[in-house]
This record gives sequence, structure tokens and C-alpha cells, in this order.
Amino acid sequence: MQMHEWLEQEDLLRKKGDSIVGGYPYGFMDDGAKKDIRRSILKAVAIPGYQVPYGSREMPIARGWGTGGIQITLSLITPDDILKVIDQGCDGSVNAVNIKKFIQAVADVQITNDTLAATVVQTRHRIPEEAMSAGQILVLQVPYPEALREVEASEAETRRMHAEADYSRMWLYLYEDIVNYGEITISYRYPVTVNGRYIMDPSPIPRWDVPKLHMAETLFLFGAGREKRIYAIPPHTTVEPLEFEDHTFRVEDFSGKSCARCGATDTFLDEVIENAGGDRVHYCSDSGYCDKRSA
Amino acid sequence: MGYVAVKGGIEAIENACRLFAWERSKGASEPLAVEQIREQLYLAVDRVMGEGSLYAPDLAALALKQAAGDSFEASFMLRAYRATQPRIGYSLPGNTREMRIKRRISSAFKDIPGGQMLGATSDYTLRLLDFDLLKDDTARREAFRETVFNALPINAEIPDTLPKVIDILRHEGLLENAVDLASNDEPFDITRQSVIFPAPRSAALQSLARGETGGLLTLAYSSMRGYGNIHPTLGELRVGYVPLQISHPVTGEPYTVGEVKVTEAEVLARFDGSDGMPRFSLGYGLCFGQNELKAISMAVLDRTTRAEKPSCPAEDQEYVLYHTDGIEAMGFSNHWKLPHYVDFLSDLDRLRKAQSIAQQEECHADA
Repeated sequence: MQMHEWLEQEDLLRKKGDSIVGGYPYGFMDDGAKKDIRRSILKAVAIPGYQVPYGSREMPIARGWGTGGIQITLSLITPDDILKVIDQGCDGSVNAVNIKKFIQAVADVQITNDTLAATVVQTRHRIPEEAMSAGQILVLQVPYPEALREVEASEAETRRMHAEADYSRMWLYLYEDIVNYGEITISYRYPVTVNGRYIMDPSPIPRWDVPKLHMAETLFLFGAGREKRIYAIPPHTTVEPLEFEDHTFRVEDFSGKSCARCGATDTFLDEVIENAGGDRVHYCSDSGYCDKRSA
Repeated sequence: MGYVAVKGGIEAIENACRLFAWERSKGASEPLAVEQIREQLYLAVDRVMGEGSLYAPDLAALALKQAAGDSFEASFMLRAYRATQPRIGYSLPGNTREMRIKRRISSAFKDIPGGQMLGATSDYTLRLLDFDLLKDDTARREAFRETVFNALPINAEIPDTLPKVIDILRHEGLLENAVDLASNDEPFDITRQSVIFPAPRSAALQSLARGETGGLLTLAYSSMRGYGNIHPTLGELRVGYVPLQISHPVTGEPYTVGEVKVTEAEVLARFDGSDGMPRFSLGYGLCFGQNELKAISMAVLDRTTRAEKPSCPAEDQEYVLYHTDGIEAMGFSNHWKLPHYVDFLSDLDRLRKAQSIAQQEECHADA
């Protein structure tokens, strides 16, 4: 989109504001707030993996329920966008439904369950199975933006560690894990190095999703509303999980299992307890993709 | 069995919201008017305005009604409403010496210039249930009003300003000097910038002023009880209305746009100055409405967090500021109710792997 088109659209949106629920501005936040957030996003894109502090606004959805992601989505969205929202991979999950209801009410956008049809996908704890393309944006909700929080409680100190690329304690943490358990025990929120510089928390996605961040076509935006940080992985950026030569990064093991609905053997599977006897059955976590395959 | 993961229960969610609205309206009693909440539950309204950080008594009362009395939820609604309003500007620094006083006490001196003014407080009441209130009607209220107003003198002198206890102490060199802030300096705005630590005092005071009463109380009390006690004395506590002034957009002259009810607390604590001279230092608390517990807790925490080497949670600025925002803490604590099955599966994967490694090692040990 050209700059003048964008500006004209902004004008249109402002006029459109009158028709939005309860007299709230288009996109809920006032224009100054949306501009402020877009500036922080630009900075985040310019410094891949760096957590940009920003003036996080209060959303009518609680802190910890995706307010960082919602603010990013609302600051970017226009009536032409097609939005997909998932929680744990599922379009129909409680929180995804709630967020969609809110964004639809204040931004009047079209909603889809199809990853490939969406222009903006907002997600909590998953990256869709289908590879996204250059024209799309994936917005990830982040509870803990600081990958070093496991080893250092103080924010002032972790900022210093990032500034000096002082990551020895993180490496030591992984090493001690191996000494204690024979393997790195970090399950989700697996720390990654972005663009060879910053160690970054990829949000609580499973390890399964981490490789999708590496040299991708898509822009990934991360929003932590409560902790007031925005960060980004631009397209074609290296994203490497922390690993040792003799203890390499491994994704979750689903060998021998398949989706009981669509039969997929190459997707992240939810484990469901089928009966009181404890029998297990597996389904695709990405419900949109499973629907498509089952149709 | 059905395919549970796809159908998240959109209808169920909508019905849960409707059911909540139904719960508070299903009883046989008269609907609660917003004015009733504002006038009769004014301390709840004050608390919600403070924690929601929006001075709007009517909206706070509405929020309390909508939230069925939950102060966290009500404050949260006010905060969310803030996000829809543009930032027009900042007020001029207010002077609490010009406060229209409702209540003003000092525990540092038996009497103070201008006098101790107890005002409306529950401090000296016996906390016995008043069963007369079970039948609180207009006739009872009118009779009570008679008893209140009959004995009052017609013209009571109300001074425009009352001197501050800290001014007297400062004049005598007993209290550290005030930090000299140029009046036209813009404050750090925590609603527009993310706080970086160590936080400037204007950011710290803003954070504390919108802090959750119980959270501030817990940390302040931990200090008073022994985890880093600073031995505070309540120099002065004021409740009243302070004029709110802005710089007139055309003339640039101070222009009064209204007044806000605030509680202000100033605590004194011993401190050795950088010049080696022992003095009192000041901990400052100010919040919307009448919320004395909060203002006192805030003042104590303002003072404790100035420790150069924190020795306990209440002295650690990052610890205090990050963990006393009720709306953030509440949202995050509630978010554990959201589904976490993907994360949990990833956890299970690691646990099973760790178990299999442990079992292999056991086998090796046995062999």
C-alpha cells in the first residue's frame, strides 16, 4: 500500500468511527495511541529480537489474556483486513472467541478460520501448521517477554545483560539442566537467538513451532501488554533455538501417533483423555487446518 | 466421542456472560441506581477511581454496579475506558496547601497549627453491626439529620489554607529539603511510556497512586512488621478537594477546570543525609478519593523504595512497582483459567522423556 492510500484510509476510518459500537473510536484506542504503537512496531522490526518498551494501553480484556497482541492487531487493522484468531491452535477456544468478538465490534473486520485467507492472524501459544506468506502478519500474544527471567528476576539487570549480550547464565542454565536430567527440559517458551544477536522468548509456543520462525516469509510481531514490550522477527531473519553440539534442539515427539479426525501425522497433536480408564486419543491442535483436511 | 477441540463453545461463552448479568438482576429487590452507589458506597467509588486511575465518580459507580461490587473488575473497566480517550495534556502541579479540607490529622504532634480536624472517619467507631440500618428509611434519615445539624454553629470559620507540618519541620532543618522540580517539567507518563528501572520518582509515584490498596498494604505492612522497618511516623494526613488547574491554551495563564477529592499522607522516617547530618526524610502518598490506608501504604513504600541497597521486597523498587498494580495482577492470575493444553502437552513430552532417561539409568545401574 502506498503512503497516500494509507493516509486516505486513515481518514476514512476516522469518519467511520461514528458507526462503531458505543461511540468508541475505530480500533477502540484513540488515534494517538495507535500511532504510538505502530512506531514501537517499526522500531522492533528494525532491531530483530529486541524488546521495545512501549506505553501499553488498557484493553477491556484482562491483562494476561492477550492485551499485547490485541493492541498490535488493533493498531494495524483496517476494514479490508481478514482476521483469524486462535488460542492453543483453536479458532473456537474461549479466549479466541472473546477476542474476535471484541475486535469485530470495534474494527468491523471479516473473520476467517483459514490461515491462508487471513491477512492478520493473532495467536496464543501456537503458530499455524500451514506456512504463511509474505503478505501476512502473525501477531503473537506474549505473557513473559523476557527469555532471561528464568535466570534473573530483575528487569534492570536483564536489560543490561541483553545490552552487553551477556548470556553466559542462560547457557549455564541449559548446561545444568543436562547435568541434572540428561536433557534440556524446557518444554515450551524455548529461548532462541534472533539474527545472531538477541536471545528472545518466542512466546509459549511448543518447541514444534520454533523452526517455523527461522528465515520465514512472514512478519512475526510479539506483544506483551502487561509487561509493556513489543518485539519482532522480520521476514528472512535467522532464528536459532539455543542448543549444544552434543545436545541438539528437539521438537515434541509424536512418532506413531496421528490425528483421529483427519489422520495427519505431521502436525502438532493435542492429547485428549478419552475415558476414565485413561485411554488417549490425539487430534490436530490447529483446528482450522484439520477442518480443511477433513472437508 | 465428539471432536472437542474444534467446537470451543461460542454459545456457551455468550450464555455465561448473559448469566452473569442475570445473576445480579434476578433478585426481587429494587434495581440499584448509580446515584445510590455514588452517594452511599462512596468509599468503594473512591477506591475504584484510584485503582482505575480515572477520576470519574459516575463512571466508577456504574462500573461497580456492572461488576456486581467486585472492586477489581470495576477498576479494570475504568482503566479500559481510559484507553479510548486521547491524552490532551497535563495539569499544573497542584498545591495541597490549598486543599478544601474534609479531614486533617497529624500523629507527630499533639496539636498542630490550624488544629486536628477529624472529619468523617470510621476510625473511632465500634465495629458493631448497627441493626438499625436494617430498616433505613427516609424518616430515620431525617431524624438523624436533625441530630447532626441542630447543634452546629451557623458560621464556622474555614481557613483558605492550613500550614503543613512538614513545612514547620523543614524550616527547623529537621527534614530533608524538597526536591526542586521546575514547575514546567513534564512528568514521566507511565500510561504512555513503559517504566524503566530505576524509575524516576514521578513514575514511581504514579504507579503507586494507581496501585491496588490491598497489594500496597501488604508490602507496606511487611516493612512495618519487620522486613526492613523504616519506623515511619505519620506527619500529616489530609483528605479534601484540591483545585485542578491547567495552563490556559490561549493565554497560558493557570485556569481552574475543577477539583478532585484526594487523600494525602506524609510519613517521616529517619535518614542520614549525604552530608552526614541525620534528618527526617519524607515518604509521600497521594491517591484519588478518600482512601487513607492506601495513601499511608503508598507513603511508606515511597520511602522504603529509596533504599540504596534493598534488603527486603518492600525496599526493592522493581519488586514493589511491578507487583502492586491490581489490574495487571488480577488479569494475569485469572488467565490461568484459560486453556493451556498445548503448553501442558509440551510439558508432558519433557516429563516423559526425563522419566525414560531416569529409567534407562536405573536399568544400567541394576545391570
